[in-house]
Parts: sequence; C-alpha cells; structure tokens
Amino acid sequence: MLFLKVLVRVFLLSALIGFPAVLRAQENPYFVAYDHYLEEPGNLEIEYFSTFGTVRGGPDFHSYWTEFEYGATAWWTTEFYLEGQTTFGDSTVFTGIRWENRFRPLKREHFINPILYVEYEHKSAADKILKEVEGHDVQADFLTPNAVARRDIINEVELKLILSGVHKGWNFTENTLAAKDLAGSPWEFGYALGASRPLALKASAKPCSFCRQNFVAGVEMYGGLGDLEQFGLRDTSHYLAPVLVWNMPSGWTLRVSPGFGLNDNSHAFLLRWGLSREITGFGSMVSRLFRGRP
Amino acid sequence: MKMQAACVFALVGAGFLSTTRARQTGTSAPPQEPKAESVYSEIGKAPEKARAKPNPLEKDPDAVRAGRILFEQRCAECHGDHATGGKKGPSLRAPEIQNAEPGAVFWILTNGVVRKGMPVWSKLPEPQRWQLVSYIKSLGTVPAPSPGSSEPPAAKDSPLRPR
Repeated sequence: MLFLKVLVRVFLLSALIGFPAVLRAQENPYFVAYDHYLEEPGNLEIEYFSTFGTVRGGPDFHSYWTEFEYGATAWWTTEFYLEGQTTFGDSTVFTGIRWENRFRPLKREHFINPILYVEYEHKSAADKILKEVEGHDVQADFLTPNAVARRDIINEVELKLILSGVHKGWNFTENTLAAKDLAGSPWEFGYALGASRPLALKASAKPCSFCRQNFVAGVEMYGGLGDLEQFGLRDTSHYLAPVLVWNMPSGWTLRVSPGFGLNDNSHAFLLRWGLSREITGFGSMVSRLFRGRP
Repeated sequence: MKMQAACVFALVGAGFLSTTRARQTGTSAPPQEPKAESVYSEIGKAPEKARAKPNPLEKDPDAVRAGRILFEQRCAECHGDHATGGKKGPSLRAPEIQNAEPGAVFWILTNGVVRKGMPVWSKLPEPQRWQLVSYIKSLGTVPAPSPGSSEPPAAKDSPLRPR
C-alpha cells in the first residue's frame, strides 16, 4: 500500500511540475473496451484508475491501477501496469503487473479498423481491477480472503482482436478476448462492446474548459464467454456501464463510469473513475538523457 | 516465477530502448538536404474522390480560429508553432501543402502516415478536421528555410519523408 501511495504521489507531482510539455489529449471514455486509436509516437500517458465494487455476501472492495502508456511508433503502443486492491475489513495488497501491446496492422483508416492486442499478466488471484471479464469470472471469486488469494500466482497471456470504426462522430468498437493461464488451464473467452460520441463535433473558436466538445459520452458492455471446455454464457458475468470523459485543456483527462451487473453472477454495482495526463516528447527526452545532451 | 518476471522486464526494457535508440539514431544522423518533392509525396496518394471533397466549413468565419486552437493542441508539437516544420514533422506552409486541394489535406489528417510516424487523426470528429484544414490553408506559403537559417529543417525521420 505504501508503495502504491508513493507511486501515485510521484505521478501527481511529476505531472504537475516535472513535465511542462503537456498535450491536450483526446481520449476515449472507455474503461474496459479499446478503440483503434494508439498513443501518439514518443508520447507517454500516465493514468491512474480506481474501481469501487460491491460484493454480495462479502466485503466490498476498492481496486486501483496505474498505467504507463507509451507510443513507441504510430502503429505500436506499449503499456505497463501496476495494480493493487483494498478489501474492506480485510487488507490491502499489491496484486501484480501487466505488460500490454497494441499493434495497428493497416496503414490507412477504414470503415472497420483492426488492432491486435497482446498482454502478459503476472498477478495474484487477489486481483480485483476488473480490467476485463473473461471465462467464468463471477463475483463469488472475490469472496476468498486476500491472505489466501494472494498466494495463488497467475501468469497469463491475453490476446484481443479490436475492431473499431467511426461513423458520423460515433465510435463503435468490439473487442474479442482470449486468455490463457500459462499453468495449463483452458483458453478463456470474453468480449467488450463500446459506443461513444463527443457532445459536440465542432470545436469552439475560443479556448474553453467546459465546451461540449471536451466531453465524450457513451456506454460499454463487457462480460465472459466461458472457456474452451464450456463455451457460452452459462456461469458468466456481464456488465453495462455508461461512460463519460472530460478532456481538459490543461492536459488532464478525467473519466467516470457507474457500472451495473446484468445477472446474479455479476457485482451489483461498480463505480470507476480515472485521471490521466499525457506528456509529449517523452521519447525525445529519454533519447537526450542517454546522449548526455541538455 | 522470478525468471518469468525477469524476462518480462528484459523485454520491456529492450523494446523501450530500441525505440528510443531508433529515435536517437534518427536525430543524430548528419543533416541531409531535404528533397522537397518526396517529403510531401504522401499527399499525392490521396484518391481523386477525397481530393474532390470541398471544405464544408470554408465560409465559416470561426473555422480558422477554432482550427488554430486545435493546431496548437494537436499539431504544433511535431510541425512547429508556426507550422514551418518541427522536431518530427515537415513544414505545412510548403507549396506542396498550401497548393494541395483541401480534400487532400483532410485525407492526410484522417489517415495519417502511420508507417512514417504521423498518427491517424480520425479520432477528431470530421468538423474539427475541416477546421484544421481551414487553419492550415489560411497560413500561406513560406519558402523552405535556407541552409544555416535559424528555422529548423525538417527532421530526417519526418513522417512524410520516404525511407
């Protein structure tokens, strides 16, 4: 917990004073679904996210993660995650790391744009960030005490095919997920769907914080699809969540999303929020550092 | 387990260093004379249908002002504050851009030049891309900087430069 607190403070402090070259981001509002836009090359986006969730028959939880998202090229974005959670009345634990990569195989914009997603996760079974829902993930999994769950270490590879497009200002995206525990469990499947639109399509001729074009609203839906041995909706959980993002001219981005479980296997309520800031020219800064130039 | 974690960190580090190293190599190479006719070759690839598209905001009095704000927020980092070329992007005030059809400039904004570093900007709604086109086209032509001038030349890894 102390580590996470320090990390968050370092992030906030560095974002405030350490990196003056800040770009006003145009971020999508999703927490789980991905669209086809990658990070601009050379830019680093530092993001903090929280999820508060209710658990029937057990203690509620608050999970959080930090993402470092870097645009390696215009067709490759790489992200590193640190995650943890607090289960009320139980304890706070660090739950693991993730390394995510997204690749854009096509060089031009199309009606539907595919993105290939590859992620490696090294986490404990106490992971509660719900960054995706896969296989037979159900809320009852969260009833295991942290002291027990954290002993179970999971190394997992996750693949996604992201299909996303824009039509008349609306973004529509569909993500298909396949995940494999390297310890030998069968492949697990999941999905995420999203639709969103800026509240105004034209930009204002005056700089402003609360202009409608700075807000993007939408909805996302996600859930599990079973595994290779039992594919389908049986014993799976699903969520529907309105999403809203405010892209502030100062360079900060604020996201918020209340989520609702759609069946008895789901958490009844999830409240998510996130804060992020994009730093332009981070790659150039690192290059200069290695070359020893001012 | 520790071995796996070590592999992950090694891969992350190697990937990150290789990208920063690639940028470093790109910027530390001796400056070469830019070939203006090829730096802007991507815009020549715009399909006829895209070129023929008129700017629907051409007569909108606010389009240029809104486009300027968008340019400062999205484009100036690479193309320079005055669009005369920057660390990564070429000048947008060259005749190749200024004399191009608005539809061709819009097409480049929409599709990017992904393999050469310019991202796709279709994340901006269509009217905002046209506002950007209005602003860019309002800037007028500025001659390419002469050798030794204070104006920075387009970087070697400029997104519109052929490899």
